[in-house]
Amino acid sequence: MLAGLAAILKRDVRLALRQSADNGMAVGFFVLTVILFPLGVGPEPAVLARIAPGILWVTALLASMLSLERLFAADYEDGSLDLMALAPLPLPLLVLTKCLAHWLLTGLPMVVLAPLLGVLLSLDPAGYGTLVLAMALGTPVLALVGAIGAALTLGARRGGVLLSLLVLPLYIPVLIFGVAAIDAAIYGTGARPHLLLLGGALLAALALCPLASAAALRQALE
Amino acid sequence: MTQADRFTGHDLSCIRAERLVFQGVGFDIASGGALKLTGPNGSGKSSLLRLMAGLLRPASGTLAWNGGDPADEPGEFRAALRYLGHQDAVKPALTVAENLDFWASLAGARGDGTAALSAFGLAALAPLPARFLSAGQRRRLALARLVAAPGRLWLLDEPTVGLDRASVAALEAAVARHRDAGGLVVVATHTEIALPGAAELGMERFAPARPAAA
Repeated sequence: MLAGLAAILKRDVRLALRQSADNGMAVGFFVLTVILFPLGVGPEPAVLARIAPGILWVTALLASMLSLERLFAADYEDGSLDLMALAPLPLPLLVLTKCLAHWLLTGLPMVVLAPLLGVLLSLDPAGYGTLVLAMALGTPVLALVGAIGAALTLGARRGGVLLSLLVLPLYIPVLIFGVAAIDAAIYGTGARPHLLLLGGALLAALALCPLASAAALRQALE
Repeated sequence: MTQADRFTGHDLSCIRAERLVFQGVGFDIASGGALKLTGPNGSGKSSLLRLMAGLLRPASGTLAWNGGDPADEPGEFRAALRYLGHQDAVKPALTVAENLDFWASLAGARGDGTAALSAFGLAALAPLPARFLSAGQRRRLALARLVAAPGRLWLLDEPTVGLDRASVAALEAAVARHRDAGGLVVVATHTEIALPGAAELGMERFAPARPAAA
């Protein structure tokens, strides 16, 4: 079974690296949109530093959502998803593996790039460690929750718009605690409770989201 | 093959988009047996195959794999099942060999797919990205999957689409070897394909009676 899951991970990563458009676009969107803020809001460091955590998180949310639309769509269109659903592997584990591949290709680059973009936004030095930690805990939640939306909107016309309407409200807790953690680290009120909540959200998402996505996929294949 | 398998269906019916596609379909295939589904377009050949595979749930009726409902033991049933749909599930960005290896390892098979590629005349194309394949070659790659990861039950939906004469012969040979080894095969087709001793299921017989037009 592990060999099968490893094969899916290897295939998804390989496909993404060979046709980098989808995932590369999400990361590019993240970087470009963050860069737009100093241009739009003005270069005043105090203003930028105040809104930096919010900018980074909101942009990460949007970037993650953009790329999720294709999570299952390509495999659905060419019949691969039929065969994957018929493979002797539990479908929820297969979904989990696809989410992991997706996170490695979009979430992880965003975690790595976030501190660099933080410099651009004059983020307070006290916030960097928490920023990375919060992003590392929060971005997998975005991928897992988004997978439910991606599975539900399979086959729908204009699925991308529908996906945002479905998924963005569910991203709000990650946004709130992600931003609150960084603010708490900067103002010295303790980021721990916020990070723990993000960790809890990650554990809940790991347990529940693959099951929900798998059920939605079965529905889509009927 | 030591184990004798049996795949049966009883009184199956299928509803798609609130329309009854067929009703009262039954079949019984044992090891080495073949079943040929025929019938006009829209008579439910593909739906019956998807229903057999477990992608669709029957509106009524029961399926049995070696006496048990496949839905109760999906792992065991899917390990035996090889399904070939309308679509080839070939990724253009991967090479021919990578495409095949992925599906083989997903089905739990070990070893390389060279023999499977040779069986369908694709060995020379192995290192080529699949985007360069013609429609017929893509279909052959999809067929090579069946041989690369041996399964006991083959469900083939229009396997000959886009194939030339030689490839149809290769497919017939592969199906014959599969049946000699005790495998079962269900083929939906409306072209000529040699399946010696196959039972035939004409789907038009199971169309629901339409209410008379007013």
